[in-house]
Amino acid sequence: MVESPSKRPTLAVFKFASCDGCQLTMLDCERELLAIADRVEIAYFLEARSRTLDGPYDIGLVEGSVTTEHDAERIREIRDQCRTLITIGACATAGGIQSLRNWADIDDFIRQVYASPQYIETLATSTPISDHVKVDFELRGCPIDKRQLVMLITDLLLGKQLRVPRYSVCLECKLKHTVCVAVARGVACLGPVTQAGCGAICPEYARECFGCHGPKESANPVSLARHYQRGQHDPSHLVHLLSNFNAAAPPFRNAAEMLEQNSPLSNEGRS
Amino acid sequence: MPDLPTLSAAPASVDPWQPAFVEIVAIHDETPGVRTFDLAAPHGYTFEPGQFNMLYVPGYGEAAISISSHPKSPQVISHTIRRAGNVTGALFRCQPGDRIGLRGPFGSSWPVGRYRGANVVIAAGGIGLAPLRPAIYQLAAHREDYGRVAVVYGSRHPKDLLYRETFDQWRRADIEVLVTVDFADDHWTGPIGVVPTLLEQLPWMGPHTTLWTCGPEIMMRFTAQQALRQGITPDHLYLSLERNMNCAVGLCGHCQFGPSFVCKDGPVYAYRQIAPFLFVHDF
Amino acid sequence: MASPRIGSWIKIPKERLQQLIDTLASDGYRVVGPRIRDGAIILDDLTDIRQLPAGVVDEQDGGHYRLREDPTAGWFDFVVGPQSLKPFVLPPREPLLQLQRTSETWQTETPEIDDRPVAVLGLRGCDLHALSIMDRVFLEGPYVDPRYEKRRASLFLIGVHCRRAAPTCFCHSLKTGPALPAGFDLGLSELEEHFLLEVGSRRGAAVAARLQGEEPASGEITRARMATRALEQRMHDRPLHGDRRTAGRWLETDHLRDRLLGNLEHPRWSEVAERCLACANCTMVCPTCFCTTVEEVSDLSGDSVTRMRRWESCFTWEHSYTTAGPVHPTTQSRYRQWLTHKLASWHDQFGTSGCVGCGRCITWCPVGIDLTEEVAALGNEVPHA
Repeated sequence: MVESPSKRPTLAVFKFASCDGCQLTMLDCERELLAIADRVEIAYFLEARSRTLDGPYDIGLVEGSVTTEHDAERIREIRDQCRTLITIGACATAGGIQSLRNWADIDDFIRQVYASPQYIETLATSTPISDHVKVDFELRGCPIDKRQLVMLITDLLLGKQLRVPRYSVCLECKLKHTVCVAVARGVACLGPVTQAGCGAICPEYARECFGCHGPKESANPVSLARHYQRGQHDPSHLVHLLSNFNAAAPPFRNAAEMLEQNSPLSNEGRS
Repeated sequence: MPDLPTLSAAPASVDPWQPAFVEIVAIHDETPGVRTFDLAAPHGYTFEPGQFNMLYVPGYGEAAISISSHPKSPQVISHTIRRAGNVTGALFRCQPGDRIGLRGPFGSSWPVGRYRGANVVIAAGGIGLAPLRPAIYQLAAHREDYGRVAVVYGSRHPKDLLYRETFDQWRRADIEVLVTVDFADDHWTGPIGVVPTLLEQLPWMGPHTTLWTCGPEIMMRFTAQQALRQGITPDHLYLSLERNMNCAVGLCGHCQFGPSFVCKDGPVYAYRQIAPFLFVHDF
Repeated sequence: MASPRIGSWIKIPKERLQQLIDTLASDGYRVVGPRIRDGAIILDDLTDIRQLPAGVVDEQDGGHYRLREDPTAGWFDFVVGPQSLKPFVLPPREPLLQLQRTSETWQTETPEIDDRPVAVLGLRGCDLHALSIMDRVFLEGPYVDPRYEKRRASLFLIGVHCRRAAPTCFCHSLKTGPALPAGFDLGLSELEEHFLLEVGSRRGAAVAARLQGEEPASGEITRARMATRALEQRMHDRPLHGDRRTAGRWLETDHLRDRLLGNLEHPRWSEVAERCLACANCTMVCPTCFCTTVEEVSDLSGDSVTRMRRWESCFTWEHSYTTAGPVHPTTQSRYRQWLTHKLASWHDQFGTSGCVGCGRCITWCPVGIDLTEEVAALGNEVPHA
């Protein structure tokens, strides 16, 4: 990413099916955003400024998942325009909460939600960006963590390989001396199978981690789910917990399917 | 269980994390993706062949890099480096005149002095020749003190062979230099194959021979097995291991390997020390 | 009053622990001790004896920790919580070095070491043993960690002889408890209305001298010792099977090193990996797990850099990372690495086991993996070397 000193690298931010929360996290960077704007040319970021510059861009950040034919086309064009393409957030990285449609009948959804379903054109699935184009790096989270984003941009500017910790949320809890909610309160918490990066916010407020940063490296949600089941947690609750923002991430999906097969749950368990 | 020691309020010890910032005096291209960085040695710096330094580029981190220069040239310390991660990537963007951090030297060394009178085989794979080069320099400088000396070296492609221009110097110092590659190109006339196979061309290997090897772990395992078959004893067989190094002084736990820490008990080990663990999968 | 001798005992009414806290605070110590927070007993700032969890005990089992009131419990009849002394000598995060780019080179500055004296109340035998093990790692090798050294030297240690054990406690199998080893400044034993304080150091004597204690009555010292000895006997008598909430744990130490290092290819490693989450909790709560890693924190310009040391775990992918990939790529290899290091090769490196039998790794494992059970499953046979 090292450009000639006179020319700042250009940054573009694109939105697909998503809630805009990750883009808002970028705007929430406030103090850092000014420093970033000093060092990168924010060329395309509709949520922040109406002025846009044409591509190609050095850095492309993509929020959201692919849910329409048009999106599938557009992401390929964007890929061609961006030297480094980074997905931001659970939608772009794993399909997001809207990937729950992948297990349901989309036409049924459309009929229930829209008065004139004939005008709706959508795909039957919500898929991560990496299902469509090569992605250089995936920044997890729902939403993304602003410190991780600033660190990522710093690493890009310094020409470093992009990397975030792949360990569990538990490690962050323990670094902060947060008492484990699973062990001390009997709460079904996804922290042990979820990738760190959020700073372990939820357990700090005595509630469970619901996996918004997606599965950690070597995640073992099947073992965790079995343990929670023995602790008298309702399997349907565990299925719901696993079928959140990263429902389509394979380790979470497999564990949810295991729970469904081993319990009298029907397909409604997920929706 | 030991009793707790009674601690006095002793002055804090020297900080092992403090680097010295030294100048890069020269950078040499070696092979594709490999360069040698010559650093101006800090005052009073000495090292033994096989030891390593922690090289530090602020903002990018530290990397453990073996020293590849002549131990008797104390003004310049050379490191032959393959570009692989963040730290080496940053080093490759450095220019002569830039300053980088250095801590060291650390770790154990090749037993050069212990084997006077014996035959010596140096078996290297790829970049693994770099940590052995200081030992070769010493053997060449004191050639008359040793029996037969051979360097057996292999790389994937001919273009990846390090220090090719010095092979003839070594040969002139009465060191046999046998070189092999995994994949030949149009100009290659030498052997094709792996280092362990090439050892068979040294029929003089036996109980009075010591073998020192460095390279990919799988290559060292096969080399060790072949050396044992050719009569070298587990006490006279030495390997240099690579593990994740963070502190280099045995305090961070990353390089823990069986009963030892690679940073302070290694990287150079006698085969006998580590044989029970060397062949355990993912250990 | 003249300072009591090391090894002597004084008796104080229970409420006079307040005076102990106040005395230490007036000497400049940050006083920490057991307090309830978020459903667990942790070590935190202590200013008032009413903050102590008197009358509270802990239920502990694999993956399970709950507090409950017990009218028969004394002031210290709970056992160990998730924290040990570790954060007080090795903080979870700590800057090692600060760097600023200048036109020619880099200017380095060593951040000041936070070594305000800390007095810790309520340490158990296992905790003190763990500290002596950490001393071997950080103070007794060829390199000394100056940060650990400074903080360690300014620790004031107030131990408590245990009268109660959790089912997860197995100090008796490692001879690390339930009685305190030497090494404390003051050692507490609890009686009905009083505490007996054993003086363990000159520092401890100087503090004890200011507590207006009296000499214990005849037989009181024996009675206090008997309570802990009786507990040890009860721990030995606990059944090892049956109801895990009441059964005990036992780590068989006979030939343990060779049993582990001789069984590196045992099928149990892959079996435990099916349950293990590689979440790192066991290593975080372990009082002797000392792995750390250094993070390079840079501003956007790259001109200002801080090297931050933080706790690391051998259960992470990052721990064994090399450019050729991680040396321990699987949960199986990581669990084996942890257990064989802790219980086996630790002896080679530090002349002691790395385990003190505190049971934290059992309680705070989210799925309740029990190292005593894992070791037992490897069998009692010592394979040929």
